[in-house]
Parts: sequence; structure tokens; C-alpha cells
Amino acid sequence: MNRYPLWKYLIMIVAVVLGLLYTAPNLFPQVPAVQVSTNKAAVKLDSALMGRVEASLKDAGIPVSYSALDATGVHVRFAGGDTETQIRAKDALLKTLNNGVSDGTGAYIIALTNESTTPKWMQSMNALPMFLGLDLRGGVHFLMQVDMKGALDRAAERNAADIRSTLREKKISYNGLDRAGDTIAVRFSDAAEREKASRELQTANPDLLMREDGSGTDLRLAITLKETAKKKLADSAIEQNQKVLNNRINALGLTEPIIQRQGTDRIVIQVPGASDPARLKDVIGRTGTLELRAVEGHAGKNAATVDAAKNGNVPFGQELLSDRSGEQILVKKQYIITGERITGAEPAFDGQSNQPIVRVTTDGQGARALRDFTSQNVKERMAIVLIEKGKAEVITAPTIQSELGANFQISGNMTTRETSDIALLIRSGSIAAPMEIIEERTVGPSLGAENIERGFNSVKWGFVALALFIVVYYMIMGLISAFALAVNLLLLIAILSMLQATLTLPGIAAIALTLGMAIDANVLINERIREELRAGAKPQEAISSGFEHAWATILDSNITTLIAGIALFAFGTGPVKGFAVVHCLGILTSMFSAVFFSRGIVNLVYGAKKKLEKISIGTVWRPNDVVTRPAVTSGASTAISESK
Amino acid sequence: MEFFRIKGDLPIMKYALWFNVISFVTFAIAVGALTFKGLNFGIDFKGGTVAELRFAKPAEVDKVRVAVESLKTGEAFVQNFGTAQDVLVRLPIVKDVSNAQMSENLFAAICGPSRPKNDAKNACGEGAEKVELKRVEFVGPQVGKELFESGALALLLVVAGIMAYLAIRFEWRFAVAAIIANLHDVVIILGLFAIFGWEFNLPVLAACLAILGYSVNESVVIADRVRENFRKMRKASVDEVIDNAITATMSRTIITHGSTQIMVLAMLLFGGETLHYFALALTIGICFGIYSSVLVMAPLVRWLGVSRENLVKPEGAPKDPLEAEKILP
Repeated sequence: MNRYPLWKYLIMIVAVVLGLLYTAPNLFPQVPAVQVSTNKAAVKLDSALMGRVEASLKDAGIPVSYSALDATGVHVRFAGGDTETQIRAKDALLKTLNNGVSDGTGAYIIALTNESTTPKWMQSMNALPMFLGLDLRGGVHFLMQVDMKGALDRAAERNAADIRSTLREKKISYNGLDRAGDTIAVRFSDAAEREKASRELQTANPDLLMREDGSGTDLRLAITLKETAKKKLADSAIEQNQKVLNNRINALGLTEPIIQRQGTDRIVIQVPGASDPARLKDVIGRTGTLELRAVEGHAGKNAATVDAAKNGNVPFGQELLSDRSGEQILVKKQYIITGERITGAEPAFDGQSNQPIVRVTTDGQGARALRDFTSQNVKERMAIVLIEKGKAEVITAPTIQSELGANFQISGNMTTRETSDIALLIRSGSIAAPMEIIEERTVGPSLGAENIERGFNSVKWGFVALALFIVVYYMIMGLISAFALAVNLLLLIAILSMLQATLTLPGIAAIALTLGMAIDANVLINERIREELRAGAKPQEAISSGFEHAWATILDSNITTLIAGIALFAFGTGPVKGFAVVHCLGILTSMFSAVFFSRGIVNLVYGAKKKLEKISIGTVWRPNDVVTRPAVTSGASTAISESK
Repeated sequence: MEFFRIKGDLPIMKYALWFNVISFVTFAIAVGALTFKGLNFGIDFKGGTVAELRFAKPAEVDKVRVAVESLKTGEAFVQNFGTAQDVLVRLPIVKDVSNAQMSENLFAAICGPSRPKNDAKNACGEGAEKVELKRVEFVGPQVGKELFESGALALLLVVAGIMAYLAIRFEWRFAVAAIIANLHDVVIILGLFAIFGWEFNLPVLAACLAILGYSVNESVVIADRVRENFRKMRKASVDEVIDNAITATMSRTIITHGSTQIMVLAMLLFGGETLHYFALALTIGICFGIYSSVLVMAPLVRWLGVSRENLVKPEGAPKDPLEAEKILP
């Protein structure tokens, strides 16, 4: 009766093998590495770069143990494997590749990273280590609140300007226009004019919502954005803010930043290993601006003035800026339009030549300013300038082919990657809506290492003590229970690694707690078997009915624990959520290991013996034969036949 | 080994009234502490700034306190944290100071003139004078409020979920008794946190909810046994049935809780300050969990008037609990 069919044993073996395979990557150490990547469209990540990286490290006398090139850049590890070599390597690469520029404006991003030494064949099977949370590896966590009201007010201000010019263009007479918050009120004295205005404004901008108000000679038109447009605005504002943040953090040479939207108006930023939270805070809080300006001189126009400017003789009202390829051009200080007027920019392909282009959209006022400027400056160049920290940089300076309107395109010899980057930069140049830090958690790297040790020690010593107790109390059956518990731990870590879950200190606490709770199932089974033996059942029957009777109870108790776990997951945030995930998964794996797995081992040990006389399950005490009960209370297993 | 050599059944039900009185008194004390003293909420719920500093030599807490007071934030706490070198500073939310700037100001105040200007690193001073900023947490007021609300919601959901499950699986009397018994545990955890002024933070809330799910296990195991006994012990009275169920499961209850406590003890010993209150809440919960499932839940079920007919349905009887009710006298 206590035999498993072959397939059940096969499932057990497969589970353990998979468990070992996916747990293993966590045992390979993380080594310090340097990653060279870029956020500039013109810079290529190719084998030539890898050659340069290797050569410059060789010149600096830094031994390289591993180097690889992939889509994200060049990765280098070092023979010494210590952080000191890593920092020396970063400095050396900064000098040779970026001319020592480290503020993110250089051609390359040189970042300190930690790379897993998991073998390639494991990585190819997606067997990767768990992510460590910020509390375990150190880092910075920010929660940003995006001021949506501010974004809506700014949008209303732009719309107010558009409405004014539409009314002027269509020669509609009105008495005045006020903006209060996100509502624009236009006053009319004539109902017919108001009617006309309403119609014209709706055609000009279908996103506007008009409401007629007032009476007599004081007629009003209250204009707001439609709900759908508001939502679209909010979404794009968040998205744009996210991109700006991403660019800025990348430029600092910090890899693996997590920048996620949370809820309707929040952004979470997590940067592991950031050693300088104050600088990060500074970078996040900055509001960059984008401007379109006239180009006054370049290699093909006023070359002499440009040369004079290079020698420090810059004409009044102009400035000498370099673009991303390093060409220096003279641009006017006065802008044509600012980034606020640009409503969108996306990479696309030209309909005729099929070349990659960037399609830019501006709002009404921006379009008018552009039209005025470009109609008189065809075949001239126009610079797109990003101003950050008071420093201006030309993103691109294309030639104007024809008069431009609300929609225009930037073309030229660009690759698709360049166009997408330029589009991104145009869009991400300035933050769409103001933001504020509403939550901050910074953990120093030393505390992170301490936390790992603490968590690891808790699980280790807890497990050892628990296993010892269970073995002493239940003998061989206890050993099997302890083994099942080890399998539980193995499977739990394997599943967490497979899911690429983020392990935090509360997560480790949940592992420890779950193991402590999971033993409950084995205790239930063992107690039940003892009870059956006490009642006089034959050993084989006792095993069988012990497992069967215990199963219903185990299921019930695990479901209630699971309910608590799911509620924690649904309403928990951050560390509590991590706790809940591990807790829930641990309950599920414990049902497998404690019932299915330990039964399999019991079957393997006892199942084949037809005339099983005793089970090693510790003392089976019977109240009615106290006198004949042997004095042995621990150590030797008590045979059931002894107490007869 | 066998710890539990119990002859016959423990006469628990005979003393049920006493246990209920004890429970009621402890419960009342806990509620009293919660109302009059209140919980010492951590910044997770209250908002504010917490900074953990490590000094190279044993910290002079008074000096740090003077530095912190120079920030004029009002109610501020400075205390040793774990070791003599570690100091924990807690600051409330200050209206006009940009929240993100607070930690900066604090660090500047503590480092004093030894800190070079524009140096944003996490440490200042050299050698024995070195001060390292190990951890900074800032939680804004609205975030704190939300965490509080979602925590309360999670608690409600757990209670409702467990009650619904027990009502379907067993009977409403068990659901009500089990939830009262286990909420009693949670209230006692909270009460002790209030009495001793221990910090109530997110992990402690997680511990309370985990305990709620865990303690119900006990009630489930006992309820399972009660139902089984009603089937087996045809002639026994309700009290005898419950006594037998408790006695039969006693060994398992203690061993299981002991096992879980071994793990929690490891956390308490090795987990450091971060896990301290979490492990502490679990410890209280586990100890009272044994007591409440055995000595609170069972008497409550009895008072609610459980009987054989509630649990053991006659053959062919409708499964609907409302139908089952009608069989009752």
C-alpha cells in the first residue's frame, strides 16, 4: 500500500534536479565589472570600441580576465576581482574614451556594475541569480509625485494662447480671456459670436470641452480639456518624465536603474549601489529646457566668423556651441521656440526616400513662430539646443528645406537608432510636469552586506536547530521531514530565481518563517502516524492512514495562511510585498515537499518491506501500559513490538 | 522522545469560564493600552525622516543630539541602535524644509565643519572621527497615510477571507470563534507594542497578518478533530468531544509552534535591528496563538452552541448551511 508508481519518483527527481539547477546561479559570486555604453546616437558600440577598451586597460596595467560585447555595450571583468581595480579601470577608460569627462556629457557612459559569474550554459537556460533588493546591496529608492495639476495648468496656459490667436485669425470679437487653474473663460457680448467661436475652436482643437455660461450681455464660454485628453496628457507627462529621469541617471554612469510608473501620478526610482544619493537627488530634481535656435555660422557659412569665435571673438547675441559630432557652430542666443511648444517627436521613415527621419509636432503657437522664421530662412540651418545645468548642447542642426508648420520632419544621413535617440532627446529634453520626492530610502553598501549576513545566518541557524530537533524527536521519520524541508527551501529559492524575484531582507525573513511554518505539515503527519500506532495499527497501515488523515488538515491550514499571504500581497507595498510573495510561494512548495515528497521517501524506505515490524518515529507512548514501557526516551528508536 | 504523556483527556471545558475571563482581562488591558497610550508608529505610517549613522568610535549621543536640535525640527529622537557606534536619528516632517533636503541638512549638522563643502559623499571625517551615513529613509505625509489605509484594508480582507473559508469548510460558529480568538492575538501583540512603546512599522504589520493566518491553522486543526470526533464518539457529550479533540492535537500544537519559534528565535538572535520588532511580534503571536486556539476558541465555540448536528450532516441531507440550521431544535 505504501508504494509509489515510477512516474511519481520521476517527478521527485525532476523537481530536485530543476531545483538544484535554478538555485545554483545564486551560489556563483557577483564580481565587480565595468560596462561601457552610450546614449549618443552617433556613437557605435562595436568591436573597434572593444579593442580600444582592451588596449587602454592594457596601457594602464590593469589585467582583464573577461571581456564581451553585446547590445548593451562592452563588459569587462578583471583578474584581481576587487573593487579597487574596478575603480582604477573606470578612471583609465574615462581618460582614454571620454577625455576625462565624467558628468555624462561625454561620448560614452562608463559604469561600475556587478556581474554574475554564472556559466554561459546556465544563463542560456535562464538560470539566473535572484535580484538583490536595495536593502541587501545598498542603493537609493525614491518615490516621486508628479504634479498633475501643474501639468494641466501649463497645458491650459498653452491652450489659452492658442485660443487667442485662433479668435484673432477668424476675426471673432471677444471681450476678454481669463485662465483660472485649468479652466479658460472667454467673455463675449454677442451670442452669435460665441456660437461661431465655439465652432471654430472645436475644429482647431478637438480636445477642448466648451460649456456656455452667463446671460444677457455677459456671455461666457468656459473651456477645459476633455477627460480623455486630460488622461492622455497625464500619461504622456509621466512617460516623458520617466524618460528624462532615465536619461539623466544613465548619464551619471549608474546602470540598472529601475524607473517605473506607480499608480496614476507617481514614479518609482531605484538605483542600486549608488554611492552618492545627494548628487542623484540633484540630477533628478533638475529641469532641463530645449530650444530651437537659428544657426548663424558653421563650416559652410560665415566660416571666418566661426574661426574668429573659436579664438574667443564671439559676435554679440550669439554663442559658439558644439554638436554631438564635435562640429562647432555659431547659434543665436534668442530662441525661435522652446521645448514646451513641442508636443511630440517620434522616429519614422520618409514616405518617398524611405530614409529614417524624426517627425516633430508643435502646438499652434509654436507652429506660427516656426512658420514665420522658416519661411524666410529656407536652406539655412536651425539648431536644436538642450540646456541643462546652464550648459547648452546642440542635439542636431538640420538644414531647413521648406517652410515648416505644426508638423515637420528632420532628415539627413541618420540611422534608425540615431533617429530614435534624437526623437527621445527632443521629447526628453525637458520635464513635462514638476515632480517632488515624497519618499526616500537610502541604504549604504556596508549595511546591505550586513543585512545579507544577518538574513543568511537567521535562515541557516534556524534551519539547523529545527532539523536537529525534528530528527531527535522523530528519528528516521524526522530525518525524512528535515530532508523534505531542505527540498522545500531548494524549490522555493529555485522558483524565486526563475521568477527573477527581488530578494529583500523581509523576503529572507519570510523564507525563515515559511520554513518554520512548513514543518507543521510534517509534524501533523508524524503525530498522526504515532497516534495510529498508539491505537494499535500495523506500521504500514499507520503510515498510509497517517498521511491520508493529515492531508485534509494540512490543506485547510495552508489555505488560511494563503489567504493572509494574498491579502498582504494585494495591499502591501515595497518590502511587505516581497515578504508576501515569498510567503505564498513557500506555502505552495511546502505542500509539495511535505506531503508528496516526504511520502515518496517514506515509501522508498519502508514501502518495500512487507512485514514491517517497526517505524523509527521516536517514542510511541501508550497511556495504558506505562509499566512495561521501556525507559528509553531518546536515542534509540522504539520498536512497536516492544511495548506489546 | 515524547513530551506529551497525557493520560485521559484534559478537562479543558470544565475551566472554560476561567480561561474566558483571563482572555477578556488581557484583551481589555491591551485595548486600554492602545486607546490611552497608542502605538508608537514608525515613519512608515507617520511620515518623517530616519537616519542611521555609524561612528568609527563609540558615538557621543549627546553631541549628536545637540547637532540635531540645531536643525530646529521640533520633536526629534536620537538613540543608540544596536551597537555603541550606531546612532539612529528620527526627525518629524517639517513643513517648509524640502523633505529631500532634510537628510542633507542633518548630515551637514552632524559632520560640522570637518565636512568639505559640496562633498556629497556618504561619509565625513577621517580615521577615528569618521561618520558614515548608513541608511536614510524619508516618508512623506501622504505616503504614510496611504500605507496606513492599505494596511487596515489588508487586515479586513484577511479577516473576511478566513471567516468565509471557515464558514464554508466548517460552520459559522467556528468561523466566528476562530476569528475572535485570533484577532485577540493580534490585539495583544498591538497592546504589548503600545505598552512598551516598541516601534510599529511595516514589517510588524506584516508579522501581525502572517500570525493571523498562522494562528487560524490551530483553530482549523482543532475544528477538524472536533468534527471527526463527532462522527466517532457517538455517545460523548459536546464537552467531552472538544476535550478529546484538544488533547489529541495538543502534542502537535506545541511541537509545531515550538518549531516555528525556533526559526523566529534565530531571526531574533541573528536578524539584527531591522528584523528585531518583526521577530518580536511573531514571538508574541506564536505564544498567544497556542493559548488562544486551545483555550479561547474552543470555549467560544461551546458558548455559541455547537452540536453534533452542525458538523455531521445526516446522509442525504442538503449541504446548504441554511438547511442544516433547520435541523436544530
